[in-house]
Amino acid sequence: MDYRVFQIDEKDNVATALTEIPKGTTAEIIGETETQEIYAVDAIPVGHKIALRDIQKDEPIVKYGVVIGSASADIGRGTWVHLHVMHSNYDERSSHLDAVTGAPKDTKYE
Amino acid sequence: MSRTDERKRLEELSWMGYQRKDGRLGIRNRVLVIYTVKCAEFVAQKIVERADHLDVELIGFPGCTDNQYAVNMLISMIRHPNIGAVLAVGLGCEYIQPEWLADIATKEGKLSHWVFIQKEGGTQSTIEKGLAWVEWSLKQLQDTPRAEMRLKDLVIGAECGGSDYTSGLAGNAVVGRFYDKLVDLGGTAIFEEIVEAIGLRDMLVNRGKSEEVRQQLSYTYDKMLDYCKSVRQYSISPGNFAGGLTTIEEKSMGALVKSGSRPIQGVTKVAVPPTKPGLWLLDSTPDPYWMQFGITNPNDNEGLMDLISCGAHIVFLVTGRGSVVGSAVSPCIKITGNHATFERMAEDMEFDASLILTGEMSRDAMADELAVHVAEIASGVLSKSEAMGHKEFYIPYKYQDKNIPPKACEQ
Repeated sequence: MDYRVFQIDEKDNVATALTEIPKGTTAEIIGETETQEIYAVDAIPVGHKIALRDIQKDEPIVKYGVVIGSASADIGRGTWVHLHVMHSNYDERSSHLDAVTGAPKDTKYE
Repeated sequence: MSRTDERKRLEELSWMGYQRKDGRLGIRNRVLVIYTVKCAEFVAQKIVERADHLDVELIGFPGCTDNQYAVNMLISMIRHPNIGAVLAVGLGCEYIQPEWLADIATKEGKLSHWVFIQKEGGTQSTIEKGLAWVEWSLKQLQDTPRAEMRLKDLVIGAECGGSDYTSGLAGNAVVGRFYDKLVDLGGTAIFEEIVEAIGLRDMLVNRGKSEEVRQQLSYTYDKMLDYCKSVRQYSISPGNFAGGLTTIEEKSMGALVKSGSRPIQGVTKVAVPPTKPGLWLLDSTPDPYWMQFGITNPNDNEGLMDLISCGAHIVFLVTGRGSVVGSAVSPCIKITGNHATFERMAEDMEFDASLILTGEMSRDAMADELAVHVAEIASGVLSKSEAMGHKEFYIPYKYQDKNIPPKACEQ
């Protein structure tokens, strides 16, 4: 299989894309996993996260076996998980940041 | 090779270091030119440029007003085992007196000299005088006594900068395994960036080797979280988001991996070298203070200086996205877990840990390779940043007490 994602801990509900994963393709899951593959509903940029199962709004997002934030919307299995659908449980600013560039939208510089 | 054979191989790696009066051993034998205020920077910088020698380096503090943190930082660089000689250059009216600094160097058994630009008669005459002394000291340093060193004698500092998804999976993971090996051999490993332990309080605190250390870790974590909340700023940047990291908790987990798995011996502060070998957390977050000045880690070079101030002989900068910086005083080794970054920035990136992501190499074998590379750099081989003359430094105004918790907080 040409496309691969990495699941770090068996408790994780997201995996990290080790390659660019085009929309509508199937990727192999390596690491601590019971599932062998995942269908990418969205395009997943390399290094970004893909949902390994359906995640309800306000559910924790788990990577490395630890909570890395909460879902700010319902997230479907195989979709891209980033700033637009999850937020930090500590850092209130990150939900004000642009999902693609990460640029702050809550600060004006002139 | 079996685990025991491999450990033996690492144990036996040796090279000749430089003996210092306080008993520490250095891996470099450098002349440090220090300016004590911005007004003396140009002259000090010219002395270093005209000396045009790999072992002559510049650091300094720009402020005319006193700052305990900055002075402690300068003193720790003077005492650093990689430094053999010190020239302090002052203008003549600033708070930090070059004479104090030169006296400390003399007490440490190092060659020392100081000048006031106002007394010497201005730019050219001070440069000529300073340069002559630097050239004399370089000759004297050739007679510095040598002694055998091994990995157990090293203090290594690690931080990350420009993190992406590979930092936690490969770069920091390899440093963590190397730290376990270094600690097992009797060496000293320092990790910092407590601001990147957000959400991991229990995981961090439970690694303290005693109740006292667990209390230090709790205090340090809580102080950091109060700080981040009050300034509304967490250690995560646009480049991290673009690289796939979404939250500070996610970045933190990737960062904490570099501390490995051994018990934490204690918390140390900036300019306070650890008192015994093992794994240490360096707290570089400002302490609560009435003037409230200081940003915790304004850039990577500030973090590297903090580690060097604790006596680190070599510093690691783990970077998924790539960086070019080096450091004054101690060689910097840039490690990446991102193969594309390694290829794209081959002249700067020094150690490629990406093979553990593809499964082509185990984390353990990669950590052994890193240990061998560290021994090479310690023996005198130049790191890539050193060879290119990257000798950055950054000393800002900051308030930090040397105690944990600071005395001001106990009231």
